[in-house]
Amino acid sequence: MAASNPSVFLLTVNGNIEGANFPEYDNLYCKYCFVYGHDWAPTTGLEEGITQIASKSSQASHRLIWNFPLATTFKSTNPSGWPQLVVSVYGPDVFGNDVVRGYGATHIPFTPGQHTKTIPMFVPEPTWRLQKFTGWLTGRRPEYTDPKVVAQGEGREDMKKMDYDTGPSGPANKPSATSGWSTEEQP
Amino acid sequence: VKRRLEEKLKAARVNGVSFSHTQHTIVKLLLYNLWLVFQSKGESLQDKEASLEFPSRLHSLKDRDTVTRFDREQVGKGLPTAEEAFNFFTLNFDPDPPDVIETSSRRRQKQRKTTDEDEEHEDVDEDIQEENESEEAPLVQTQEDLFVIDQSPQDFLEIKKAEYVGYQKLLQRQSELLFTPSFRTPTSIKLPENMKPRYLEDEGLYVGERPPVSLTNENILENRILKMEEGKKWFGDDGRIIALPNPIKESSTRPPLFHMEEALDPALQTVYRKAVKSKYANLYIAGGADPEGDYQLDVDVSGLIFSHHPLFSREHVLGARLAQLYDQYLTRQRNNLTGHLTDKLNGLRNALRNMLESHSGLNPTQALQQRISEYNLEVRNTRHLRDSEQEKDRTLLKNIVKVWKAIKALREFQKFTNTPYKLYLRENVDRVSDEQDYEDEILAEVVELEAETEEEYQNKLAEYKKRLEEWKLCRKKQFQKAKKKKQKKKKKGQAQDDTEGEDEEQDVSESEGPTDEPPPKPEPPERPDLGSIEQWVREKTLRIRRKPGEAILIPELSASANITASELCPAETARREDVARRSLFTKILYNDKEVSRTDSRSLNTDFRVHFGQIFNLKIVNCPQSISLQVFEEIGSSCSLLAQVFLPVPEPSVVTGSVPLEEFEFSSNQRVMFDHEGVGSVPLSFEADGSNKQSLLTSGKVSCCVSWGIGDDDVPLAPPYIGASGLYDMKKIGEWARQSRLDPNDPKNASIMQLVASSGEVTAPEYFRLEHLQEEFNFVTDEELEKSGRFRLLKLRNQEVAEFRNYKFIPALEREVTDTVFQEYEKRLKEGEVIDTKEHLDSHRALVAKYLQKIRESVINRFLLAKHHYLLSDLVIEEEIPTIILGINLFKLAEPKRPLKPQRKERKKVTAQNLSDGDIKLLVNIIRAYDIPVRRLQSIQVRPFVEVSFQRTVLQTATADGPNPCWNEELQLPFAPNGDYSTASLQSVKDEVFINIFDEVVHETVMNDKNRGKSIQTHIEKRWLGSVKIPFSTIYSQSKIDGTFKVNTPAVLLGYSKEKSHFTNSGFDILRSLSEGTFITLFITVDPQLVPGESVREKFDTQEDERLLQASERFERDAAQRYPERPCITTVIDLSGKTVFITRYIRPLSPPKELLDEFPNNPLEATPLVARFVSLIPSLPDQVSFSATCDLWSTCDQFLTLLAGDEEEHAVLLCNYFLSMGKKAWLIIGTAIPEGPTAYVLTLEQNLYLIWNPSSGQFYGQYDTFCPLQAVGCLVNPDNVWFNIQQYTSPMRVSFDISKAHLWKPFFSRTFSHPGLSSIQPEELVYRRTDRAAAAELQDRIERILKEKIMEWRPRQPTRWNRYCTTTLKQFLPKLELIRGQDVAEGHRHELQSLLGDYRISGFPLNLAFSEIRPIIEAVYSTGIHSVQASNVEFALAVYVHPYPNNVMSVWIYLAS
Repeated sequence: MAASNPSVFLLTVNGNIEGANFPEYDNLYCKYCFVYGHDWAPTTGLEEGITQIASKSSQASHRLIWNFPLATTFKSTNPSGWPQLVVSVYGPDVFGNDVVRGYGATHIPFTPGQHTKTIPMFVPEPTWRLQKFTGWLTGRRPEYTDPKVVAQGEGREDMKKMDYDTGPSGPANKPSATSGWSTEEQP
Repeated sequence: VKRRLEEKLKAARVNGVSFSHTQHTIVKLLLYNLWLVFQSKGESLQDKEASLEFPSRLHSLKDRDTVTRFDREQVGKGLPTAEEAFNFFTLNFDPDPPDVIETSSRRRQKQRKTTDEDEEHEDVDEDIQEENESEEAPLVQTQEDLFVIDQSPQDFLEIKKAEYVGYQKLLQRQSELLFTPSFRTPTSIKLPENMKPRYLEDEGLYVGERPPVSLTNENILENRILKMEEGKKWFGDDGRIIALPNPIKESSTRPPLFHMEEALDPALQTVYRKAVKSKYANLYIAGGADPEGDYQLDVDVSGLIFSHHPLFSREHVLGARLAQLYDQYLTRQRNNLTGHLTDKLNGLRNALRNMLESHSGLNPTQALQQRISEYNLEVRNTRHLRDSEQEKDRTLLKNIVKVWKAIKALREFQKFTNTPYKLYLRENVDRVSDEQDYEDEILAEVVELEAETEEEYQNKLAEYKKRLEEWKLCRKKQFQKAKKKKQKKKKKGQAQDDTEGEDEEQDVSESEGPTDEPPPKPEPPERPDLGSIEQWVREKTLRIRRKPGEAILIPELSASANITASELCPAETARREDVARRSLFTKILYNDKEVSRTDSRSLNTDFRVHFGQIFNLKIVNCPQSISLQVFEEIGSSCSLLAQVFLPVPEPSVVTGSVPLEEFEFSSNQRVMFDHEGVGSVPLSFEADGSNKQSLLTSGKVSCCVSWGIGDDDVPLAPPYIGASGLYDMKKIGEWARQSRLDPNDPKNASIMQLVASSGEVTAPEYFRLEHLQEEFNFVTDEELEKSGRFRLLKLRNQEVAEFRNYKFIPALEREVTDTVFQEYEKRLKEGEVIDTKEHLDSHRALVAKYLQKIRESVINRFLLAKHHYLLSDLVIEEEIPTIILGINLFKLAEPKRPLKPQRKERKKVTAQNLSDGDIKLLVNIIRAYDIPVRRLQSIQVRPFVEVSFQRTVLQTATADGPNPCWNEELQLPFAPNGDYSTASLQSVKDEVFINIFDEVVHETVMNDKNRGKSIQTHIEKRWLGSVKIPFSTIYSQSKIDGTFKVNTPAVLLGYSKEKSHFTNSGFDILRSLSEGTFITLFITVDPQLVPGESVREKFDTQEDERLLQASERFERDAAQRYPERPCITTVIDLSGKTVFITRYIRPLSPPKELLDEFPNNPLEATPLVARFVSLIPSLPDQVSFSATCDLWSTCDQFLTLLAGDEEEHAVLLCNYFLSMGKKAWLIIGTAIPEGPTAYVLTLEQNLYLIWNPSSGQFYGQYDTFCPLQAVGCLVNPDNVWFNIQQYTSPMRVSFDISKAHLWKPFFSRTFSHPGLSSIQPEELVYRRTDRAAAAELQDRIERILKEKIMEWRPRQPTRWNRYCTTTLKQFLPKLELIRGQDVAEGHRHELQSLLGDYRISGFPLNLAFSEIRPIIEAVYSTGIHSVQASNVEFALAVYVHPYPNNVMSVWIYLAS
């Protein structure tokens, strides 16, 4: 019985990526994906997605509002590798090239209920000054080979060499998620 | 100076300090003169003579004095002694000979009268005068000099050209002036001599972590410090600069806060609070929970009294002593011990008397007697106690009187009074009763003593009697014994003389004597003299008690005496003024910090200071120490006199209820005055200077410490202050036990001490850095072992192959099935068992097992390294832009050539972005040359190319002629089993087969009744040759572009080579060899895959560090100048160690059989040896070890494994050639299709030959089709040469390594060959291969191949032509003999004749044997099975030719 009906628990995530605060940039869109461990699998909902492009309001707040819904259910046997939401924000630069404006990751809340999370965003800096310039010129900034890197620990050792752009203009993203999880036998 | 010296001399004289003192002064003098010498030397030369005169004199003087003692003191320190210094200065110049004589005479004189001190002083005075003269002399001269300068200042104005100082000189000057600290400091110079560095940490002591300082800066600082005076004191025992532990915490303790202008979590909202000092900063006490409680400690400093002060006059000293004695007297009086004891004694006596009286008539019972004796004992003890107390009282009184008398005498002597003390002795006495009491007392005592002595006597008497009895008994026994013996003797020797009898008796007595001597007769005790007792008692009483009738003296000390005014005692004035100048204050230190201080009060003449101040200390830290420091102020300077520690009060001690307490203090400073103050030095009151007393500044502070009381009468004491001013032991103990403090951390020392001293808690027996570790262990280790789920998780984490990507480890233990582990356990178990089924040969099986083991160990070693990512693995970043910009600009100017398109660099794709079906293998077949032509048909050969990879077959269009041009791109899908990681891609063993076929069209005319004739065309393809390229090569090279030699069979039935159009003169052999079919290909993988990075791990090594550094430098230089040329100096051997490359090269003899075949022609043997080497199967390291690391095995390992890379082949071949006496080198270069590889270069008849070790082919240097593309470096046993020529292509390279501008040697004159021993074995041992085994293998291969061919033809029946097979079989050994070369035309004819009318197409295949799979693969790729003809018959012959050491050549003849 056990073999045919392995016991799993389900984690349901409902929420939305509300908006972001990128004081310097406009017309941004956001990609998101979930990163999870070996013992996890999504059952329903999208694992990754991309939001619409949002413009800043001319009002006071200058926030980018996406209000992009997230709804995913995971099943798992092991809390290790708890899903993380990885978001990366892109937008056009001066020359119209699509460049990355920020990476960020957060764990799905562990406790049921409504949570609002604020993710500090960062981008890798070019190793050389000159590269920064040409990167600006050509619109090819340093990017992660895979945005999922930000949710992993491996390979971060070398990252020490890099500067993160998390200054006072620190962009921020703000998904709010409702999650509930329960142990149940899957039919 | 003179005055100072004189003063000193005078002082010495006044003090009457003896000869040694003077000597001391002289030594000082000498030193001073030394200094003068230095000075005068600097001033002018003329001065020198003048000044040098007196040192010489002094020298003599010093000689005369017993300066040897001085020398002895100095010699031990290893510094130049004063004497040496003097010799240095004096011996250079002529000392006056008469002077020496004079001094020597003086010495004699001195020896005669050593006691005469006056003369000594005269000498010194003389010296001083001389010295003065010399001091004045230079002064005068310098004045003259000055005068000269004034006269003609013009002379000194000199106009010169601006001087140019050369750069080198400037540097030199700077180096003289400036101190540049070096970057290295050896430990030895930082430590005192002959000291080894001590590492406290190794000794188990706690050493805090040092703050990080870069090594360079530290070394610079160390060098600077070392140059300083006493620089070494900055270094600890371990030779490093003493440093405090790093105060920076590892992690920030502040939670991160993100800025958002709104909607911040209200809990995180910052609220402004005024900065408040934290309470209980030092608080590690559990009980301090009351945040509101302000604790107040009241320190009341009322005053202090000096019991001795340096400014005491003699009278003060006596007065203080008197006061002290009087204090003592008062306390004794208050306690009144004597009275108590007397009362007790009387009581006891009465009780005793009563007891005796009440039982006088009766016989005393046992109990009563005991009681009486107890009482007696008690009485006796009490009496003794009382007597001693009385004696003390009496001596105290006597002392008081004595001191008082001394004071009086002193006052009379000095005619003034300094102290207000006055002693009255009151007497009150009732003479009669007193006398009565006295007599009674004596009597009672006498009676008691009499009784006691009587008792004692009786006791003694009893004892005496007892012992007397014993003695008598003893005597008697002895006597009897003696008698018995005598009788015996008499019986025995009656005839003997009397004299003999006497002797015997003596003997007996002698023999008996030592055994039991009679105890000495006890003396009867003396009768005690009762009269003397009374006498003794009276004497004693007289001594300890006052006489009867004498007044009871009650001393009363009052301070009513008048102190004589200062005007009246001029001797005192100085002292009193000094006293008046001084004032005192105290500082209050709380936890070693000054919290407040009292006002400064001047010192009174009575040396009492009254402060009367109460300090309220509001405390926030636990009280650890409270102390008072007494300071004395003289004018503006103040000095610490003493420190008094006050105990921390208990919580119950509150202000108001505590009496002032006196705390004594003292200091051990020595103070001396020249006035009447006695100072703090040993002082004697006696005239003769004896009976010295050491007087130290001392006194008492009266003060009290208590806890304050709050408004509501609550003591403001912290609750945790324990009984003895310590903390709540239990709580601390508990806490310390739980938190497992580091017992070695000095921060915890006080707690550990406390805890240890309390005895409640001992430090844990173990020490953990993470003392909460255990709390995080959610299950025990046993449980972890037992649980299948945890095991699964663990194995997955360890990346064990079976579980590496295991998904969904069940949530519950019961859901973990045992089947999961079965495979894994089976593998573990079967590690030992060798499966012979899969291998054709048991030896192969063993080798495979061995290889497997090595592979596993290597994989484990690299597992960690694989998790190491580079920045480029994670971040996509643009290339270095300068180059791009430059090239781009350059390209603009370049002419556009649309007809010569160039390949563009493609974007590389990392493994994680790939999914199924993404990867394609692109094979671009361009053209081929010299394809064999059909022999019989007049129709041209119609070749096409078929590419097969992973059983996917694609083919090009058919072209015409022997030199076709296809120019066609084929796309083959690539499926690496779902795993796209670099490791799995590398370990893909599949090969790409590129086969050239001839399309033969048969036309059969069919006669159909209805339709008439129709022509049916059969298209048949005939295999012409193949090229095979392992996928791993493509993967690591990322593209392969070049012309390859097609591996054509030796005999191709029905085909022949077209004659070459170009026949150059010269080496026909070589020429013909290079002939063959060639095909130009371009192969790549789309998208471009990132080849695995080589392992970035430094391997351990046994090589010399210097050599390694040199090789690193060599390789780096090479890479810088010629980045595309491979340069290898060190390689990694099978055990993972770095080995220098030349160690691999060593002459090794090839198998004897090979050499024996051509005993007289070594040149002929050479290709045979090459063939032997090429027959050893090739296996790239990437495939076997799944990581891009080049492992080099030695030749014996290679021959045992029978598998290896090109390098191993090359090394073996090179070694063989060397042993055959050829000049051979290893070429490290690049070739197609292998990429970086190793070839062998030989020099024969002034011609360089390049050998491809894995195919056994050789090429001339100028061969166009040589697969070697670039030459990086050459290696032979002695050296490595790197190619620094303009070109790398072997055709354009000069191989003359002696030319330094063409080849850069590794070992040169500057870095000579250190004589590296080879790691190769002395000799290779070859085993003869069993022919029977070969035959068996042959049969097996044949059977398997036949089965396979039938299997591949499921539709048609496969018929085997037996006759043909046997015929073919006969040919194969011949082919082996001629090594597949020079296919004789005869062979074909022979075959033709044998087989008669069969239309035959077939070919032999030659393979090196490793496994059956490649053979099957090769046969399959020829496509021979796909012949569709209905009546086709097949022939298959297999021949295995054994070479030594299990190297086998497999021939397969296929025909259809």
